[in-house]
Amino acid sequence: MREPENIVEMKRVLEAALLTAGQPLSLDGMLKLFAGRMERATIRMLLDELKQDWEGKTLELVQVASGYRFQAQSELSAFIARLNPERQPNYSRAVMETLAIIAYRQPVTRGDIEQIRGVTVNPNVMRQLVERDWVDVVGQREVPGRPSLYATTKHFLDDLNLRSLAELPAIEDFTQSEIPLDG
Amino acid sequence: MLSTFSEIKIKGEAFTELPKDLYIPPDALEVYLESFEGPLDLLLYLIRKHNLDILDIPMADLTLQYMVYVEKMKAINLELAADYLLMSAMLIEIKSRMLLPKTAEIEEEDDPRAELVRRLMEYEAIQLAAQSLDAMPKVGEEFQVAHAYYQHIADIKPPEVSVEDLVEAWRNVLKRAKLNSHHKLGRAELSVREHMSQILRRLQTDGMCEFSQLFDMNAQGLSKLVVSFLAILELAKEGLVKITQQAAFSTIYIQVSHAE
Repeated sequence: MREPENIVEMKRVLEAALLTAGQPLSLDGMLKLFAGRMERATIRMLLDELKQDWEGKTLELVQVASGYRFQAQSELSAFIARLNPERQPNYSRAVMETLAIIAYRQPVTRGDIEQIRGVTVNPNVMRQLVERDWVDVVGQREVPGRPSLYATTKHFLDDLNLRSLAELPAIEDFTQSEIPLDG
Repeated sequence: MLSTFSEIKIKGEAFTELPKDLYIPPDALEVYLESFEGPLDLLLYLIRKHNLDILDIPMADLTLQYMVYVEKMKAINLELAADYLLMSAMLIEIKSRMLLPKTAEIEEEDDPRAELVRRLMEYEAIQLAAQSLDAMPKVGEEFQVAHAYYQHIADIKPPEVSVEDLVEAWRNVLKRAKLNSHHKLGRAELSVREHMSQILRRLQTDGMCEFSQLFDMNAQGLSKLVVSFLAILELAKEGLVKITQQAAFSTIYIQVSHAE
């Protein structure tokens, strides 16, 4: 095996790794592809070139929270979806509202979620979000009972094609008109 | 009195007439359970769609009806009954405080409805945020991740692992756990919450941590360092971490705060 010596050869290694990974590759992960010295800046430069090489092709290189991945151009997704006609069932309102509270107010306890929704959190709701690997426990609040603090995961951002929580619309965008108090 | 509520239909006629009370008609109990996520959700619906005035609540009727309702609820869903009961108690408290004549000393007192309105509006924003999350394109639905087939070459002889290898592997895991990945910095508020989670996650694995270790001078830009700092302050403010320093200019330590 001969180590890649020029940019074209390095790009070939990167491209093959990204195409076969099936999940986002981090910069640290991609550094491991190359023996000896390799700068992060060089990898970034190679990724930029790869991105341009693939422009207009069937796949595109995108950056998400955990790293870089190839995915089908979005206009092709509708066709690919026909291979698996059964759609995933939608999440209930309780699940989506709980997810929204964790995404926007993290780290939060179940008590915080109950305070906002005005109803008890069904354990089933948390289980669904944890099993999807969208939410995990990042610590405990030091109050009686030591309740778990929940936060969203990188996997959640990956699945929504986001690099950071900051790319979500601001919560202020959803604030409606003031409720009038006359009398 | 109870008979007037049997007319209310939720799905069929969807409240053609506003119910006079803020409680659940027992006949419609099960439909209500499906239609609303809880008392806040119901109250929000009545206020937004039917311009209900929080003050316009007949207390005696409400109390009586709630008791009937709770009796019925015991058989179905006791926890939800408790939530509705709490809400009715809160509404009654608000109304009674509004009815009391105000003496000069307490004239400055806040409107008792303000906290409820704040909660309703916060919940409303979260509901809309949840709808927007639900509508966002997701992997496996609107996005298809590439995954070309790759035949992993099987090694005939299993690799040998020495103690040194294990130690080295563990060091690498720790090293990588320390390197928090890069994030594009956007709106400060969310980014701070995100960093709070990251720092908590890290303190869960590392236990106590030097203040300076939470900042990676080489990999992080100035704005990112500031956000990390704000996240530490916010964590301290919320009592989630403890910051200690033995003497002036000595090392500052951060740790997950423990109950006294």
